[in-house]
Amino acid sequence: MSTTVVNTGTEGKTWGGGNPPLQASYGKMMMWFFIVSDALTFSGFLAAYGFSRFKFIETWPIADEVFTHVPFLHGQELPMIYVAFMTFILIMSSVTMVLAVDAGHHLNKGKVTIYMLLTIIGGLIFVGSQAWEWATFIKGDYGAIQTKGGNILQFVDANGHRVALRDFVTAEPREREQLQRNTGVWFMSEGSLPTYTVEEVINGLESHNNILVRTQDINEHGHKTVLSREESLKQIKSNGKHVIEGANLHVNEYGSPLFADFFFFITGFHGFHVFSGVVINIIIFFNVILGTYEKRKSYEMVEKVGLYWHFVDLVWVFVFTFFYLV
Amino acid sequence: MAHAHKLEILRGLIKFKSNTQKIWGVLILLTIVTSVEVALGIMKPEALIGHFLGMKILNWIFIILTLVKAYYITWDFMHMRDETPSLRRMVVWTAIFLILYLLFILLQEGGYIQDIYSSGYLKRNF
Repeated sequence: MSTTVVNTGTEGKTWGGGNPPLQASYGKMMMWFFIVSDALTFSGFLAAYGFSRFKFIETWPIADEVFTHVPFLHGQELPMIYVAFMTFILIMSSVTMVLAVDAGHHLNKGKVTIYMLLTIIGGLIFVGSQAWEWATFIKGDYGAIQTKGGNILQFVDANGHRVALRDFVTAEPREREQLQRNTGVWFMSEGSLPTYTVEEVINGLESHNNILVRTQDINEHGHKTVLSREESLKQIKSNGKHVIEGANLHVNEYGSPLFADFFFFITGFHGFHVFSGVVINIIIFFNVILGTYEKRKSYEMVEKVGLYWHFVDLVWVFVFTFFYLV
Repeated sequence: MAHAHKLEILRGLIKFKSNTQKIWGVLILLTIVTSVEVALGIMKPEALIGHFLGMKILNWIFIILTLVKAYYITWDFMHMRDETPSLRRMVVWTAIFLILYLLFILLQEGGYIQDIYSSGYLKRNF
């Protein structure tokens, strides 16, 4: 039956079959290709962020002044400390992951189990921290006034330290209530009302001589411009339109709304990756415990999810730089 | 390539005895780089505020340090160091080429619009 055998003349060559090209198994290579495409997605987002930032380069919020909170240390200004901690947690979980892969090469089931568990815990701490970071960002701290043109005016004292609205504005009794679906016509409702009205902020500003207005414009020293007392009153009185507390997709008290949009979108997309990474890690963790890879005599599956997990860490390194440092 | 690990980093300046040791070594390196970044970010030394190629020198330092971190995560944690050169080039150069191109066109355009805003009559309308 020798006539049925097709001889291609490629036996023993790289593409002749029977050996993995590039010395990488199919699964690993496909994971690499997925990572390349996902890296391009994230670059698209970060490049779009860069585009918007270059567009508003003279008024963009300064990240150091936005992310200053650390859990349990309320009221202290600690720029970047918490993000640095989050970065360290993620790098640390990357290390335990690569240690799990290493233990897998030695077919050491016990060690793989422990290191996988530590990786999962690290991932959960990171996702939890990110949730806290979001909650703090949404809640806001100081409050601000939005002008008719959509710019943000913040308040500082004579030394340039930020002053919160609650420190100088008193809310008067009001008759206006939040319109909800159950109180009016069923299809009409509105967002929650700010604690203060613009008039109350003007009154507060007039009765506190030491408070000044800070605009979005960045001066040549890299700081936001602080207006004189007369200018401050004039700006608030003639241009103030809304009181802003915290951040959402439409407005934010930190500055350009795009800053909040990109923050939610990019860190949200990254957080989603971390979350799915944790889920995949948990599946693999149980497979390790059940001895699936022990029977297979190969822990390559751990290596593949490891690649994904490191990629998540890799992306965070860039998000950290472009959102919090630069 | 599972068992053949290359155990030296920084072009052979530091050699490790085992793969585990190398992992901890890389962790120390990444921690140092991150600490430097955070320290610079908090202090913002006046000397590094000057501009170079359209961006603050400090920002250039941050970006370079980030690329250093990315290199070690990919090369040592993702074992790129142990893969064949063809796989390495396929993954790395494709991504780098496309990202650089994307960054160039978008940042160029963003800078142009900023220029229009600051020098032209047109104010914020989009």
